[in-house]
Amino acid sequence: MSTTHPTAPPAPAGAPRASLFHPTVARLTYRALLGRRRALILFALPALLVVIAVAVRALAGADDSTASGILGGFALGTMVPLIGVIAGTGAIGPEIDDGSVVYLLSKPVPRPTIIFTKLLVATGVTVAFSAVPVLLAGFLLNGNSQQIAVAYAVAAAVASVAYSALFLLLGTITRHAVVFGLVYALVWEALFGTLVPGARTLSVQQWALAVGQKVGAEGALTSDVQLPLAICLLTVLTAGATWYAGRRLKSLTLTGEE
Amino acid sequence: MTTLHIDHVSRWFGNVVAVNDITMTIGPGVTGLLGPNGAGKSTLINMMGGFLAPSNGTVTLDGTTIWRNAGSYRHIGIVPEREAMYDFLTGREFVLANAELHGLGRAEAARALATVQMEYAQDRKISTYSKGMRQRVKMASALVHDPSVLLLDEPFNGMDPRQRMQLMELLRRMGDDGRTVLFSSHILEEVEQLASHIEVVVAGRHAASGDFRKIRRLMTDRPHRYLVRSDNDRALAGALIADPSTAGIEVDLVEGALRIQAIDFGRFTELLPRVARDHGIRLLTVSPSDESLESVFSYLVAA
Repeated sequence: MSTTHPTAPPAPAGAPRASLFHPTVARLTYRALLGRRRALILFALPALLVVIAVAVRALAGADDSTASGILGGFALGTMVPLIGVIAGTGAIGPEIDDGSVVYLLSKPVPRPTIIFTKLLVATGVTVAFSAVPVLLAGFLLNGNSQQIAVAYAVAAAVASVAYSALFLLLGTITRHAVVFGLVYALVWEALFGTLVPGARTLSVQQWALAVGQKVGAEGALTSDVQLPLAICLLTVLTAGATWYAGRRLKSLTLTGEE
Repeated sequence: MTTLHIDHVSRWFGNVVAVNDITMTIGPGVTGLLGPNGAGKSTLINMMGGFLAPSNGTVTLDGTTIWRNAGSYRHIGIVPEREAMYDFLTGREFVLANAELHGLGRAEAARALATVQMEYAQDRKISTYSKGMRQRVKMASALVHDPSVLLLDEPFNGMDPRQRMQLMELLRRMGDDGRTVLFSSHILEEVEQLASHIEVVVAGRHAASGDFRKIRRLMTDRPHRYLVRSDNDRALAGALIADPSTAGIEVDLVEGALRIQAIDFGRFTELLPRVARDHGIRLLTVSPSDESLESVFSYLVAA
């Protein structure tokens, strides 16, 4: 082996970037998300939704209430939070677990930039694998009658942002982010959100539905939360979770293998 | 920026004290951080690398605190002990990503890969690399921004002798170039071959510091204990105790052996076979009974 620097090293050109987005962090995150087993689930759930949509349309014909039932119950109630869990926690959790995050953190890149970039990637992946299939399934189910397809797709996109931020934060807090995320998605959102009226107020699904309600035709979608409150809660959750995830990453400690 | 100052640093995890009031200065050249497993070496390196806050004391690089100071990574290169490193990338992609995170590009990545002689495998996925190849790519990622300080946590673990020699040569050159190179190891010979300066850590405490020859002598000159069996233990004991290199001999009737404490290692190792030959005694067993690294380190702490 040989070194190429016989004299004392000059100061490197790299300087902390002021931007909140770093393309290299985005590339690493994106490839990690879509290169592992979790990509299978990311592809399987939307594929299942589209298959259901095709089957229902073929067997029962176009029907608005059936479309709402599938898009609201399965898609927004179960699929979107699940994809949010996979993309949100997967954007950072595995790197922290296996220690490879050290290669990101040992660089002059501000930690909020790392978090914000990862949030953008997680959101992009969640939107691509939930809102887009929801739109497609909506068109397949009833041809976007009463704007149901677009309304649910918008709701799914809005929910994608909030879920990504929430589950990204979980990924920085606990090694069991996927478990906690699944409990939230399946128990809180899908079970309590359906059965317990009070829980619906604190449900990302209901906040997203409030936004979708505005887009869809009168009465096509319903939400237990008023639109202004929903927007406030979505903003507070997304901004708060992102800010706190940045703080967590700033204080992240590695304890080695001793 | 080239000098790391660890000033009265302690770090505890709950009730466990991993590092206990350590003060040391790591300057240009190669320094070995030596200590048995669990001594607190990784904890110290993590604090020097800004990945762990000291519970007490300060860790600074030329006066600037490292903890929560992302700017310090412009001067520090880190080779972590853990294996995980974006296995889905090729070696070239990995080093390039590290370069880009420093605001650098392909030229710097190519130069770093050439430095560790990994060009031949740079387009293979990291998941296919051997331990030594991984270690070299980790080195390249740490060198890509030409840092003045290089921290390596157990860099020789799992390397074969040839890879070990190559890495030693590389680190030696880095030290000669004026860089501050600190590596941890629990193997004395490893440290001895490479580092001119040694810091010894045992059970979270700073046990010794300085030139490796001095510390090596200290280790060699400590009282050594041997278990010796012969065909005439009592005659052997009588002959050995007359020499000042032997401090005490116990006749262990249960074991049927002599337990000998030698205070002059060099002289005793020469004395024993000579005395046996001169007295016509046949030696059946000669085994050091306290040669474990832990006992050597424990002696250093007490010294």
